[in-house]
Amino acid sequence: MPRRKGAPEVNAGSMADIAFLLLIFFLVTTTIETDAGLDRMLPPMEPPDEDVVIKQKNIFTVNINKNGQLLAEEELTDLKDLRTKAIAFLDNGGAASGTPDYCSFCKGKRNPESSDNPSKAIISLKNDRETPYGTYITVQNELVGAYNDLRNREAQRLFRRDFTEMEAAFLNPETPQSVRDELKEKVQQIKDLFPQKLSEAETSTN
Amino acid sequence: MSKFNKKKDGDLPAVSTASLPDIVFMLLFFFMTVTVMKDSTLKVENTLPNASEVKKLEKKDRIIYLYVGKPTREYQKVFGTESKIQLNDKFADVSDVGSYILQERAKKAQELQNVLTTALKVDKNANMGIISDIKQELRKVNALKVNYTTYEGDAFRNLQ
Repeated sequence: MPRRKGAPEVNAGSMADIAFLLLIFFLVTTTIETDAGLDRMLPPMEPPDEDVVIKQKNIFTVNINKNGQLLAEEELTDLKDLRTKAIAFLDNGGAASGTPDYCSFCKGKRNPESSDNPSKAIISLKNDRETPYGTYITVQNELVGAYNDLRNREAQRLFRRDFTEMEAAFLNPETPQSVRDELKEKVQQIKDLFPQKLSEAETSTN
Repeated sequence: MSKFNKKKDGDLPAVSTASLPDIVFMLLFFFMTVTVMKDSTLKVENTLPNASEVKKLEKKDRIIYLYVGKPTREYQKVFGTESKIQLNDKFADVSDVGSYILQERAKKAQELQNVLTTALKVDKNANMGIISDIKQELRKVNALKVNYTTYEGDAFRNLQ
């Protein structure tokens, strides 16, 4: 005698195929990318209250013209040499020992004609309106690289770690809070040794 | 009763694939949730320059994007070949940047409004003039944190 069944069961065998199809679609369209780039702070619009007098020797001028040529400290410079020049300038530590500006950790030439102390040293970047953006980024990259090289050196000396790695760990939201608190101080300490002072003048039109 | 005696004892049972759809669905849901569909189609050429000293931009909700570059070929007839700014889906003037930033900032949650970063996605063949103008506009609305978005790579390749 035929047994009464309820509704016949739907064959679920093709479910996997359908799911796979969707899965492959999403796999292909997914881009798990995090953008990366050079972080910069723009100067605020309001000028500072009092005019700060900066000694000429503490300023490292970089000029980019519209052909992408580089003038560093009034000398035509190849882009590849910019980093070494910037490091030499920042790390100079020209102030005599005993003066308040004396830089105890600098390893530069201590040329009194160049920057007194890394915390006083300023890099001034000026570019033309027709400078290609690629060149500008390369210059920015080299200058940031100069700072990073010096900061890495000091971080290695003080903490036996690279500054860039410490900073990346600090900025990574997956790092546990306790580790980040500890890193924050160290990162700040290194940043204070070599503060990034990169001034960007308004562009020239000629 | 012979039904129950078909199988020999010791035979390995076939692996059940009944849970396969579940597993696949699990993966599917994972990818569905992490997928971010591109929200604006690019109307400008956007080959970013390379840089080696990059920092990662975490937390997408704190970023306002600006695109700059030559209009792509289909738009060149109308907009010419001079570098243009793209905000959301539209071409815009330098003077619109400020209000766009303010508008985007107002959309974000209160506690994020002070920590926003402006990501400048600029084609490497653009000129600095337009970038300087944008920077001036950003300073006017006090959006001082900028990120020049780049690819990770050798910076000297930009010069070719």
